[in-house]
Amino acid sequence: MGIGSFFTSKLDEAIGWARKYSIFQYPFVTACCGMEYMATACSHYDIDRFGAGLPRFSPRQADVLFVVGTISHKMAPVLKRVYDQMTEPKWVVAFGVCTCTGGFYNNYATVQGIDTIIPVDVYIPGCPPRPESVIDGLMKLQDKIATQTQRY
Amino acid sequence: MDGAAILDAVRARVGAAVVETHDYRGDPTAVVTREALPRVLAFCRDEPSLAFDMLMDLTAVDYLRYPGREDGPRFEVVYHLYSVAHNHRVRIKTRVEEDDAVVPSAVGLWPIANWFEREVWDMFGLRFSGHPNLVRLLMYEEFVGHPLRKDYPIDRRQPLIGPAH
Repeated sequence: MGIGSFFTSKLDEAIGWARKYSIFQYPFVTACCGMEYMATACSHYDIDRFGAGLPRFSPRQADVLFVVGTISHKMAPVLKRVYDQMTEPKWVVAFGVCTCTGGFYNNYATVQGIDTIIPVDVYIPGCPPRPESVIDGLMKLQDKIATQTQRY
Repeated sequence: MDGAAILDAVRARVGAAVVETHDYRGDPTAVVTREALPRVLAFCRDEPSLAFDMLMDLTAVDYLRYPGREDGPRFEVVYHLYSVAHNHRVRIKTRVEEDDAVVPSAVGLWPIANWFEREVWDMFGLRFSGHPNLVRLLMYEEFVGHPLRKDYPIDRRQPLIGPAH
């Protein structure tokens, strides 16, 4: 089975390479971080260079869920539902401190980090994060996608 | 009409029901008893020289452990009125005890009071008698308690889904 296992690992890499350059994101934009997301997505920073230039506005067509902005407890079921509607394989990026930890909203209304609701692959801190941070997070996600065990 | 004249008109109309008045920095304020509140509000709206046709804001204040207010009623309900015709304003307040936290509804006078009063119920837990649909406005139905009360713990968590922490 030596040849077979060698072949399987190369196929994993090939699929990982293809997947990391065809990120279809679903931007779940709820707050001010959305402005930085737009800045990153537009021509100046141009996330199309990373194959992530085409946001889908249906979770069923998306691979990566970008959670951009504060999530309140009232919004939490909506976010969970959007995540559940995405098809495998799927990844989640927490964009900004509010999604990472709740940020400075330590109060009755705000979810203290979206990882209490859904699994998160990459955390991008900042209030809001600079576009450079976002691109850094995106490249970390690409590394993760490329090197993980692929399911197909 | 200037602030003092507005307060004079209110005092002349309801007299002893006015607990106190002040006119600090051009914001005429009358504190009235809860029983007289519907009469005062209706008078402010319908009296042609006052003509307060807009309810700008309706909110509440929790004076729990407030310095100087330890003995008094816990809550105050605040009405901010504005007259488009006369371009003048007045603030009407009424005080409410915690164990009898009910205020007559102003929905019949200004329809916008509907959502304001739902918000006050949601945030402070004050009831408005005669309100057509007194349910929470901002928080979800399963939420327990009223978060803007001073004794609501700042770090209490009530997540709808996911683990509590």
